[in-house]
Amino acid sequence: MSLSATDKSQVKKLWAKVEKQIDDIGAESLGRMLVAYPQTKTYFSAWKGDLNVQNENVRKHGARILNAVSKAVKEIDNLTTALSQLSELHASKLQVDPANFKLLAHNLILVLAMYFPADFTPAVHLSIDKFLAAVALALSENYR
Amino acid sequence: MVKFTEQERDIVRAVWEKVDVDEVGPEALIRVLITYPWTERYFGIFGDLFSISAVSTNAKLAEHGKVVLRSLGRAVEDMDNIKNAYAELSRLHCEKIHVDPDNFRLLADCITITIACKLKSTFNSNVQATWQKFLTAVVEAMTSQYN
Repeated sequence: MSLSATDKSQVKKLWAKVEKQIDDIGAESLGRMLVAYPQTKTYFSAWKGDLNVQNENVRKHGARILNAVSKAVKEIDNLTTALSQLSELHASKLQVDPANFKLLAHNLILVLAMYFPADFTPAVHLSIDKFLAAVALALSENYR
Repeated sequence: MVKFTEQERDIVRAVWEKVDVDEVGPEALIRVLITYPWTERYFGIFGDLFSISAVSTNAKLAEHGKVVLRSLGRAVEDMDNIKNAYAELSRLHCEKIHVDPDNFRLLADCITITIACKLKSTFNSNVQATWQKFLTAVVEAMTSQYN
């Protein structure tokens, strides 16, 4: 399921709009994942208080994640190389079960649908879904 | 059996009240077929589904989307009895239609995303979590009679 030229251009086009609200979208995506899939909180046990969209740590980290995805959009032709260090980090240091990448992807997709209902047509949904799956795959590269 | 608090029931009912079945049903099903094209295998009798525009304009598919979403109403009405409410449909999807039950999860996700598009910020994290808990119960019920 590799990315076609159409997929890449759809992703870049939508992402130009995402960039303008990247911090909010990051916070919403991560916050929603932590609330809707509470098992994901196990990776953030050091954070105090309720882990939700308003939480300061969640907001900062959500923004960090989305900015990393922005870099992936810029390097869309070279995801494995571009995400190699992050893959190493997630594999060896953070040891995040890669199944969770899908959960975050679902929440990011949902937030994109909410923020850009007119732009998030089924065709764009398809390209974004494929892109996030490719990002997850690149992020899983150094696991084993 | 999945238990719902009074607050969760209120949330699910409040979301359902805002859902226009005739609008959301077709949109959600169209999203499934476009985002996950292998699901087209179950809809051969509806004719041309081989391009994004064909899927988006197929009248039979749209009609079927309404049927599918309308059936979610029975779970909303009877949240304590979801498993029984879907037993027959589960058997049908296993024995007659031969649907891989992972597809129920894909449809549930697309329904949620379509509703989020419509409800926007009123579909906040708590509402999303509760709605997804409800749909997970429906997906489990639809899978329950598989053998």
